[in-house]
Amino acid sequence: MSLHIAPHERPYLPRGVRLMRDKLRDQTVLLAPEKAVALDMVGEAILTRVNGVNSLDEIVTDLAQTYNAPRDQIAGDVQRFLQGLRARIFLRVHP
Amino acid sequence: MSPPPPVAMLAELTHRCPLACPYCSNPLDLLKKDAELDTETWAIAFRQAAEMGVLQVHLSGGEPASRPDLVELTQAAHDAGLYTNLITSGIGLTPRRLDALEAAGLDHVQLSMQGTTAELADWIGGYKGGFARKLMVAEELKQRGIPLTLNAVMHRHNLDDLDRTIEMAVELGARRMEVACVQFHGWATQNRGMLLPTREQTETTKRKVAEAAERLKGVMAFDFVPPDYYADYPKACMGGWGSAGLNIAPDGTVLPCHSAQMIPHLTFEKITDKPLAEIWYDSPSFNAYRGDDWMPDTCRSCERKEIDFGGCRCQALMIAGDAAKMDPVCRKSPDHARVAQMLEDAMAAPQDGFTYRR
Repeated sequence: MSLHIAPHERPYLPRGVRLMRDKLRDQTVLLAPEKAVALDMVGEAILTRVNGVNSLDEIVTDLAQTYNAPRDQIAGDVQRFLQGLRARIFLRVHP
Repeated sequence: MSPPPPVAMLAELTHRCPLACPYCSNPLDLLKKDAELDTETWAIAFRQAAEMGVLQVHLSGGEPASRPDLVELTQAAHDAGLYTNLITSGIGLTPRRLDALEAAGLDHVQLSMQGTTAELADWIGGYKGGFARKLMVAEELKQRGIPLTLNAVMHRHNLDDLDRTIEMAVELGARRMEVACVQFHGWATQNRGMLLPTREQTETTKRKVAEAAERLKGVMAFDFVPPDYYADYPKACMGGWGSAGLNIAPDGTVLPCHSAQMIPHLTFEKITDKPLAEIWYDSPSFNAYRGDDWMPDTCRSCERKEIDFGGCRCQALMIAGDAAKMDPVCRKSPDHARVAQMLEDAMAAPQDGFTYRR
């Protein structure tokens, strides 16, 4: 299976994977089976838009507008980040 | 410098277990039921852990399902805000109990796998009928959609069955598989001759895991724990002593790792005597092997000290005779020859049966 996410696919966090605000460390973490991943601002910005409804394309567009950044660059960053999570099954996609 | 707060806590709810695995890593002297913390004390421990920064709790044992209050304990951990992971053989988890655990907020299950057939699995686990019950539990978990990691504990007598083990993990719907070669602590040490894989098995396993990880990309993720006696450098035991995780034994003793009590000169404190945070930050046991002050010169000047943190203190004690020495697995260790000798002895050992944990 390829990890590549197509523009129309809608990524989501599967059961057992969720975001949590870690007040003590003042950061957002991704909690997953036997793993906690501290997110930087970019990771947080991406994952707060991942909800199983928004398509990859919509997520990229939203980020490019919000941060006034080149769309191609954002698309590459988001693809890379989400593929990393997908490899660990921390992320799945609706077709 | 103050250490960072812990991320994970292993809660050893009990030492009781229906299985008799020869590689049991629990200490030689097991705590009895009457020494175990009660429900409310565990709930306090979970709340203290969450307050001091712990994000995940691993409910373990022994067999945690041997605790009649497992559902209440899971609920208490969940209510404290912790991500709850149940580490189990599956024995004792009925459909009704799984319903209750799910309702209590259980996030994830790690199910152990002793072998791929009833004959093999029940021989290794020393518990007749265990395999059939485990498969039923796995099916129940799958039906409910509870996230599952399959933990395949591998050694000389089941490594040749790795392909089938991986297939089975996929069939059972596991998202993640740990191929965990037996580590020699506690009870396991006396079965070293039966359990240590051959070098050839070890090399084949590494190749097979890498191939399967590529083939199953996006389907199942792998974590591989190699048999460290064959390694050139030690494992990053616990991610460094007292840096990322802590362990509470069934009687409330707070430990930097689950076999730390074998280090005779250290005194460990209990959750019933002191707040968890005080033990984590201030106790002599947790501070004993933090940082690099304790390290032998070879470790302190080593470019890998931030990678493996000097390896495993219990292994240094066990093989080199001193917990502050280099982990003898490291090829730079003056005691490395002892590991080579152990491998040689194990390869020559008669394969005449396990000494079961009973």
